[in-house]
Amino acid sequence: MYVAVKGGEAAIANAHRLLADRRRGDRNLPSITIEQIVEQLGLAVDRVMAEASLYDRALAALAVRQARGDMIEAIFILRAYRTTLPRFGYSEPVDTANMKIERRVSATYKDLPGGQLLGPTFDYTHRLLDPSLIADETVAEPAVKEPGEHVMRVSDILDGEGLIEGDGQMPEGHVMGDLTREPMEFPMARDLRLQALARGDEGFLLALAYSTQRGYGRTHPFVGEVRIGEVEVELDLPELGFAVSLGTIRVTECQMVNQFMGSAKQPPQFTRGYGLVFGQSERKAMSMSLVDRALRTDEFSEDIVAPAQDQEFVISHADNVQATGFVEHLKLPHYVDFQAELDLVRRMRRDYEAANAGDTAKEQREAAE
Amino acid sequence: MASQSQIYAGAFADPVFAAQSVFRDLMEGFARPGAIKQLSAKSTPPAPLGAAAGAVALTLCDHDTPVWLTPSLGKSGVPQWIAFHTGAAVTASKTEARFAFVEKSAAFPGFDQFSLGTQEYPDRSTTLVIEVEALTGGRALTAKGPGIKDETEVAVKGLPEVFLEFWTANRAIFPRGVDLVLTAGEELLCLPRTTRLSLKEA
Amino acid sequence: MMDAKLKQESPPDPARKKAMGLLARATLDELNAAWEALADKPDVHPVRGPETGLVMVRGRIGGGGDPFNLGEATVSRATIRLSSGEIGHGQLLGADRQRARLAAIFDALAQREDDRANVDALLQQVADRLALEERRNAEETAATRVDFFTMVRGDD
Repeated sequence: MYVAVKGGEAAIANAHRLLADRRRGDRNLPSITIEQIVEQLGLAVDRVMAEASLYDRALAALAVRQARGDMIEAIFILRAYRTTLPRFGYSEPVDTANMKIERRVSATYKDLPGGQLLGPTFDYTHRLLDPSLIADETVAEPAVKEPGEHVMRVSDILDGEGLIEGDGQMPEGHVMGDLTREPMEFPMARDLRLQALARGDEGFLLALAYSTQRGYGRTHPFVGEVRIGEVEVELDLPELGFAVSLGTIRVTECQMVNQFMGSAKQPPQFTRGYGLVFGQSERKAMSMSLVDRALRTDEFSEDIVAPAQDQEFVISHADNVQATGFVEHLKLPHYVDFQAELDLVRRMRRDYEAANAGDTAKEQREAAE
Repeated sequence: MASQSQIYAGAFADPVFAAQSVFRDLMEGFARPGAIKQLSAKSTPPAPLGAAAGAVALTLCDHDTPVWLTPSLGKSGVPQWIAFHTGAAVTASKTEARFAFVEKSAAFPGFDQFSLGTQEYPDRSTTLVIEVEALTGGRALTAKGPGIKDETEVAVKGLPEVFLEFWTANRAIFPRGVDLVLTAGEELLCLPRTTRLSLKEA
Repeated sequence: MMDAKLKQESPPDPARKKAMGLLARATLDELNAAWEALADKPDVHPVRGPETGLVMVRGRIGGGGDPFNLGEATVSRATIRLSSGEIGHGQLLGADRQRARLAAIFDALAQREDDRANVDALLQQVADRLALEERRNAEETAATRVDFFTMVRGDD
């Protein structure tokens, strides 16, 4: 139970003033600009956009700055802001096959149409701290080379042999869900689960994905491909009667390919898990695709034996704004609750002591006799 | 086909403040069933949609509220006007509609053909906005229920005979049921599902 | 989810669709310069906006399957009317309402015979810049292409 508490306005105002001071830090240093955050801390911006479920680089950078780099706080701020805006409509589904690719790698085929394109990756770095970044040394321009052929999807290659399930289809007559509009209900269909996972906490999904690899709901995964790049967002304009492009957004897509022994209903084949995330976030997209596959137990008649396969557990706890709200609310005044509990514990303690005192007296009497 | 000027004109001059003031009028209207409200913000929707009905659409409809229209409203510039200014799509399905608009002297379907909400979510029912001849001067009905001290008189002119029967049936399925906004020109009167209506004894 | 299918005002217009897509990606500098370059500046009346809101961006399950809601993006849009009567729409990603308004103006100007050439010049400029950027990105990515080769295991 909560009781309204009054007072503390001056203290709160001063606390916010102190927060603003600490956020600014040493005034002798130049203050960091939104453009600098967008350009130089781009992956932090991407994570905030993905988990706030709002694509806007400048606003996400503002949130990072306002939150002093606390990612979940930044996500919370941006999520709150999105609720103040009206919704103009739903885009046409983005076409990731026509992505302007900046990175694409596959772990299933060494040679494939379009090739392995490493892009701006941390892979193959030695994870050694780089002192040249302290000195702010000049950075070389990227190397260039003649672009190659169209980057074909790995799932299309496997599909040619008929050994992999198709792209996901929902049952006939299924109405697409939107968890920003309707309360969550379980069991939850795959389209809604993907929406929840796409905004889910990267750390939570990473841990769940890892748990499936360690045997808690094993799915025998291979990275069919990971691709990062720009896709076009188109919106249908009812007043014109056709869809127009609004510009492009960067997304990361992961096609996970999983071995499947077959069931009474389906022959042995590869199954798939899908990950699609705002911005550049390979770790998140891969974790999402592993968890997506793990959650598809009903489609493959698999037993639910591990947390990553339990959709109510996964989806209900994936949202870090919800999670932080409930955990952090514990610090709000619970004075009346606690007084009640205190009274209860005191009463129980009195009863306990009274009973014990009785016992001790009895024992002493018995010993004396 | 409606002309461009009809579709693109006639919305609130000051969308934010106008929508806020009409929202306030509607809220007070539903809090005091039967009270006549003169709307403070003006809209001029394509005919035959009335001014108050247009203001209600601009205030309450958006992309998430499918709208049902009578056949004659459907053939006018209204669907495009609503789509452009509110983002709401017109639906042919009465049960899918969150709002339904009926112009003056048009026949309207029984209330039970619209969405009545569910026991869990009674709020998911359709709100009907019906244009009448006048909000006064009609057959006198006695209104009782929450928001009404003792009782009040509602004498709307231009409702069909069958209205009272429809409303009594709607009242019987509470907490489910539709809510009504009756409009006449720039005025409106609200009848939430909690209001009981009966013929006034002479 | 129902479709907002209305009576079409005009048949799908590939040239206008393409132009609107380019206007959505024009920078504020490009738009401002094109506006400044107009000899005869038209009177512009607001019809809707400029305003910022959200579009729910959709993806497809598995990349090509049924759609799902991925997350929202900020979108700014404006509809304007020129005093000569043409209606123009501008809509683009982000919260820059000024760009949306200018895009709407150029969409309307494109419908006027006299201004067609000015608008085309702007569109060409934007298209050229985008092509250059795209080319550059593709070349930079191509330079990171690797050919892995498998080591033979064990003895021959």
